Amino acid sequence: MFDIDKWQEIFATIRKNKMRTFLTGFSVAWGIFMLMILLGSGNGLSNGVSQNFMRDAVNAMWLWSGTTSIPYQGMNEGRQIRFTNTDYDILKDLDGIEYTSGRYFISGNLFSYGKEYGEYTAVTCHPDLKDVESLGIVEGRFINEVDIRNARKSVVLGKDIYDALFKGEEAIGEYIRVNNIPFKVVGICTEGGGTRHRNAYIPVTTGQKVFNGSNRLHNFALTINAETLEESQAIEKRVRETMARKHKFDPTDESALGSYNKLEDVIQTMKIFQAIDIFIWIIGIGTLIAGVVGVSNIMLIVVKERTKEIGIRKAIGASPTSVIGLVLLESVIITTVAGYIGLVLGTGLMEGINFIVEQQFQASAATNAGQGETLFRNPTVDLNVAMSATMLLVIAGAIAGYIPAKRAARIKPIEALRDE
Amino acid sequence: MINLSNIHKSYQMGSNSLHVLKGIDLKIEQGEFVSIMGSSGSGKSTLLNILGILDNYDEGTYHLDGKLVKDMSEKKAARLRNEMLGFVFQSFNLISFKNAMENVALPLYYQGVGRKKRNKIALEYLDKMGLLEWANHMPNEMSGGQKQRVAIARSLISKPKIIFADEPTGALDSSTSYEVMEILKEINAEGITMILVTHEHDIAAMTQKIIRLNDGVIAEVIKNGELENWKDQFSKKDKLEIA
Repeated sequence: MFDIDKWQEIFATIRKNKMRTFLTGFSVAWGIFMLMILLGSGNGLSNGVSQNFMRDAVNAMWLWSGTTSIPYQGMNEGRQIRFTNTDYDILKDLDGIEYTSGRYFISGNLFSYGKEYGEYTAVTCHPDLKDVESLGIVEGRFINEVDIRNARKSVVLGKDIYDALFKGEEAIGEYIRVNNIPFKVVGICTEGGGTRHRNAYIPVTTGQKVFNGSNRLHNFALTINAETLEESQAIEKRVRETMARKHKFDPTDESALGSYNKLEDVIQTMKIFQAIDIFIWIIGIGTLIAGVVGVSNIMLIVVKERTKEIGIRKAIGASPTSVIGLVLLESVIITTVAGYIGLVLGTGLMEGINFIVEQQFQASAATNAGQGETLFRNPTVDLNVAMSATMLLVIAGAIAGYIPAKRAARIKPIEALRDE
Repeated sequence: MINLSNIHKSYQMGSNSLHVLKGIDLKIEQGEFVSIMGSSGSGKSTLLNILGILDNYDEGTYHLDGKLVKDMSEKKAARLRNEMLGFVFQSFNLISFKNAMENVALPLYYQGVGRKKRNKIALEYLDKMGLLEWANHMPNEMSGGQKQRVAIARSLISKPKIIFADEPTGALDSSTSYEVMEILKEINAEGITMILVTHEHDIAAMTQKIIRLNDGVIAEVIKNGELENWKDQFSKKDKLEIA
């Protein structure tokens, strides 16, 4: 194996048979290249979509109240359903619910600090909203239990609001005005998976007190403990039934209680992606098989073409092992190098596409109020997969070369010499 | 050196078998210069291939240098060929993508001689053949005579005991043929046993012993002393056969 002479002999053969080398190498390089593009594109699509999902917790669920549309227990339709703080307490302790946050919509949303002002959304919430909407804390803290209990005038600013009002100055502990009411800034946050951070968060109890909400709530954001579609639907059903019992409406009344179960969407989308993944793999494996067949074909021809040369070598004293070694090592070297070239080219192309996609993402994020629109992100391939595919082709080439090489090495030199 | 006893060989041609050698008994001593003659299909090439361990035989025994050569593994046969035998072919059988020097040096590669050393030795042998300035030329850039001299240099480089030549002059014109025969004679004079197959009488006449094959058996063996009148005799016989 480490006999320099043997390698020199092989490289001399490769150098002097450029066409053959190129053809063998090309089919391998092409196979790997196509596989990289296929798997990369699949991953890119999958990454793009899951990143869009990441804006909120994947197991999030939203509930909102409306008016009944089905008569129930002798009561007419068209009745207004109103959530209160008691509903929050019930939901919080319901089986299968992980995090709960209620929201009371407040009108007016003028934010000001010193001479700076702007219109943003003030979201009233419980501390759990941080987990439901995957909020990230840049500085300070989020709304906590003490804020809720004492209805403190605390506010957590979205990064964009902070940038607009404070221009990089220290904000924690400062007072800003929301609809002319002073709030103390306790934290700065970002929204998960997004590039737009234009919401401010204040304790729900403060919202109710300051903006005349008494104990009313408009909607709930929850996360649920569910792994499967069935589990999540069961929890959703339980939530609906509990609320229906309390507020006396038909549990199937979508108008009285609106609900959106994100996990359902996620699971269904992920199923589609699994299907796409399988599809891509089938095509990928097909491409690999085509590559294997290509390599095998060329190796068969190479051995056929070299039969006379093998005969000569055997007549002057080459052992069968050395003949097989010569053919095999040549094939392994060519396929390895070509596979590596295909790997590098495929990775290069994917990185190039990634660069363009990221630029477009940034551009669309800048024009579209910071919300980047793309279904295609980070289209890269697991290096292990790429390496395994290359190895597979190398081994296939070796096997494809081994069988005819062994036959050629075994036939009598005189028969090989006669071969024209 | 070579001792054949009752050698049989047949080839399978589809469903029927062709009995080529039908019991050959032959002794060749070291240093002899033997030619094997016969009409085409008489089995002369087959005999040479068996002698050169390029082909196997069905029946009988073949002792080479006292050792029995039968059902030998390819690896052993390859080593034996490499160490003891040299080959010269009608179609030269040089490797087309190697230059003259590399072709000559190849047997030494299979003996494990280093590249520099074997190329140096190859140049010495090419020099002996008067082809030193052709060392870096590819086979397709050389004439038939030059190619055959390269092939002879290749057969000599491993210092064999026997050289087998299968129609070495078959593809050459007569003046080149005589040059090649002169070289082979010189090699024989150094003590190397030379066995060649030919169908040309004048070529055969340059050897010391002629073995004439006819239909798979040895028809006659003509020794050196009898060669003088053999030529006449043979041609007369030929005429008779035609008549």
